[in-house]
Parts: sequence; C-alpha cells; structure tokens
Amino acid sequence: MKELWSIFSKGILMENPIFVLALSLCPALAVTSSVTNALTMGLTVMFVITVNNMTISLIRNFVNPKVRLPVYIVSIATIVTVAQLVLQAYFPLLYKALGIYLALVVVFAIILARAEVFASKNNVIRSCCDGLGMGVGFAVAMVIIGAVREVFGSGTFLGYHVLPISYDAPLLLILPAGAFIVIGYLIGGARILVNRIEKSKA
Amino acid sequence: MAVNEESLKMNLLTVSTSPHITSSESIPKIMWSVNAALAPAVIFAAWHFGMPAIITMLVGVVTAVATEYIIQVIRKKEVTINDGSAVLTGLLLAMCLPPSLPWYMTAFGSFLAIAVAKHSMGGLGHNIFNPAHIARAAMMASWPVAMTTWTQMTTSVDVVTSATPLNILKQQGYAKLIETFGDASNMYQAMFLGLRNGSIGETSAVLLILGGIFLIYKGYIKWEMPVLMIGTVGLLTWIFGPSGLFTGDPLFHMLAGGLMIGAFFMATDMVTIPITRKGKIIFAVGAGVLTVLIRLKGGYPEGVCYAILLMNCVTPLIDRFIVPKKFGARR
Repeated sequence: MKELWSIFSKGILMENPIFVLALSLCPALAVTSSVTNALTMGLTVMFVITVNNMTISLIRNFVNPKVRLPVYIVSIATIVTVAQLVLQAYFPLLYKALGIYLALVVVFAIILARAEVFASKNNVIRSCCDGLGMGVGFAVAMVIIGAVREVFGSGTFLGYHVLPISYDAPLLLILPAGAFIVIGYLIGGARILVNRIEKSKA
Repeated sequence: MAVNEESLKMNLLTVSTSPHITSSESIPKIMWSVNAALAPAVIFAAWHFGMPAIITMLVGVVTAVATEYIIQVIRKKEVTINDGSAVLTGLLLAMCLPPSLPWYMTAFGSFLAIAVAKHSMGGLGHNIFNPAHIARAAMMASWPVAMTTWTQMTTSVDVVTSATPLNILKQQGYAKLIETFGDASNMYQAMFLGLRNGSIGETSAVLLILGGIFLIYKGYIKWEMPVLMIGTVGLLTWIFGPSGLFTGDPLFHMLAGGLMIGAFFMATDMVTIPITRKGKIIFAVGAGVLTVLIRLKGGYPEGVCYAILLMNCVTPLIDRFIVPKKFGARR
C-alpha cells in the first residue's frame, strides 16, 4: 500500500510532468489561458493516461517489443477518441474551446512516456497508480498555470471577477508569450521546492 | 603550518592573474555617462510634453531602482543601485513610451525590465535582450491601445497633431504627412528639433545625436553602429519608395520614430550586442534592414524596438561565427 502511494504521489510534485519532467509543454502553453480550459484538458489527460497505462500494462506480455510504439499509439488514439466523443456530446462548449488540442492529446509526450517507461514494465495496479499520479500532477500544474494567467490576465477566476473591474489587465498573460514567462517562473519555483525536499530527505 | 601572514603581506610581491593593465573605466562611470548623454533629450522632453512626461520618467526610474534593490536583496547580491544601470534602464524605457501613459503601465514595464529581462537572466551583463525594449514590447502586447494613443501636445504651438508622423504616413500617406507640417522643409526642421508628437524621448533628433557624439567621443560606443543602422534605414527607404525605386524620403525615415534613440542608445548597449567590430557591423545593418521591413511592410508603424530585439536574438550566433583572428596567427 505504501509503495502504491509513493508511485501515485511522485507524479504530483517530485516528478510533475510539466514542472519537473518538462513534458507536454505544448498544452501548458496553448490551453491555459483560462482555468476552465486548463482543468478540462487536465482531467482529459488524466483519464487518457490512466486508462492507457492500464491497457498497456495488461497487454505488455503479448506485444512484440519491435511493434510496441504503433500499438501504444493505437491504444492512446482509441482512448482519446472516447474522451473526445464524450466531451463533444456532453460539453460542446468546452469541446469547441479546446479545439484541435483535444485531438492532439494523442501525441502528448507524457502519455507515451508513461506507457514506455512505466506501464510496459509494471503490473496493472501499479500502472494505474502511476497514471493517476501523473494525471493529477498534470492537471494540478495546468490549473496553477491557468489560474495565474486568468487572474492576472483578465481579472477573473473560473469566469467570475475576483479582481476589481477597474483592474487594467495586461493582455500579455493571455498571449502565448505570457504563458512562457509564467511557466518559466513556475518551473523555477518547483525546482526550489524539489531541491529542498530532496535535501531534507538526504 | 604556521605562516606569519603579516610578514607574507609585507615581503611578497603581489601575485595576480592577467590582465595586469586595467583601464580606469568602471560600470558606474559608463552608466552615468550614458545617463548624462540622455539628459538634454530628457530636459527637452520635460519641456515639450510637460507634466505627463515628467511623471512617466519619474515612475520609470523609481520603479526600476526599487525593483533592482528588492531583487538584489532577495538574491543576496551586492546592492548596486548606485551604479546607474537601473536608472538607465528605467529612463530608456520611459523615453520609448507615449507621454500620457497611465503610471501603473509604466511601473509594470519598468518592473518587468529589471525583474524578468535583467535579473531572471542573471543580472547585469547576463541579459540576452535589451531590458528596456523587452519591457516596451511586453507593454505593447499588453495594452496595444494605450501604447499607441498619442494625446495632443500643449506646450508646443508649431505642430498640432495627435498622431506620430510615422502613424500618419502609415495610415494616410505621404501627401497628408507633408500637409500636416505645412511643407517638406518645415517637416524636416520640426523633426530634427523634435517639435513633433511621439514617444517621450525619441522626438529630438538633434539632442539625441549630441548625446551620441558625446558617448562616441568618450569611447563607450563605436561610431559604426549608429551610423550604419541609420544609414541602412535611409538607404533602403530611399530605394524602396512609395512610387517605385529611388523615390523614398530617406531623411524623413531617418528622423522619424525611435530610430535615433534606438541607434545611439539601444543598439549600442554593450551587453546585448556582438563583441567584435565585424559582428557589430552585421548587427547594425541587420537592425536597419529589419526596421525598414517592419516600417514599410509590417503592420506596426514603427519597428526599431522589434528590430533590435530580433538582432539581440542572433547576437550569440554572430559572436560564434565571427571569431577574431588570434594574436600572431597567420591567415
């Protein structure tokens, strides 16, 4: 149990997909201009990565290593299609807002990376924990970036005004350039945190 | 081992690594000289644009110095707010802004210049981009309307217009531009003296040139850079004129916009330009070409800021390819 918890929790901070592994920065730049978009994308990726990890783990003993990458991609694409259709059916507005990036989840580095380095070598339960942890880490990172950009870039949080209406928001934060700056500083912050934790453990 | 330190100090020669001959130049000396070179243009701007410009410049400088102090305390570095570099960044930024800009925008830009463009890159001497221009570009992206709103001037009676000459040229054409000033010689005179609308510190070509000549005389900047950058702009705008080849108005383009302040004070920033003479020449000509490209073909009326930032990008590349010949080496 303790081992499963450590597999799960390492994805949240110590091996956070965006802040520490620096994988899948493209969605972190593209769909984090509002918290809603960021959260939807985070949850979608969490779903895809968990289900995919379990699938890959289940079939890991039957797949010839030579063809493993095509197999992974087919598996991911199938799960992404499911997520896409669900979003399209129940949340058409969010589906529209995410646009092409939803389909692009198929090629997010973090999903393939977890299938390759973890799920193909571990059993289903461990893979599930890893996928969940990575997914939660990804979603949390996305929401943090989205929150900073939305609060300071348009003065709102989840669409509600949190800063006075007279707040003259710099558009920069809504633009991709602002996302680069925000992510840069957040990665720096995460680095400090991770270093401190590692030092206190050692 | 018990070594008597006192006797060591007294008897031994000072041993140090080369270089052994150092000049008397120091960062504070150079930075304050550049500030002094800007002073005439600053005073002119204060007279020309009045109170709003003075406030903008004050906010710019004070925010820059305060940010520098706070960050150096946080970074546990020596506090060097007296060396004039933060003052210079804040002043240069304010001089590239419209005079009536709300104060918090100036403060935001000034903070960004020091915190993001300078200290996040490692502090003085480590920044890739010109901090003042980074801040201006960020402000341009953040508040596009406020950054291109030029209010009516009050003190000067010679020119009554609420747009910069380059804006008029872009939107209404050359004929309208001449009409605004009366005739061509009137226009050149107004633009040379600075009696026109524009950013706070960019208007007076003659005072900026004077400041630049002072810096060239002191040896802090090389004459090739401003001359080549302004010359490239003049040549290209003359060749690619509005009605066919060789019909342009080079004099207008050389005097307009932020070219003078850009060429003399931004494109000569020691940190962000190539080290070698050849590299500097490439930088200056490249910045000139990009400026003309943005002015004539781009969506913005003025491109000096972006041209210099783009050339800052390729500075490491230029430095890598232009390697000076080693002393004593044969070709």
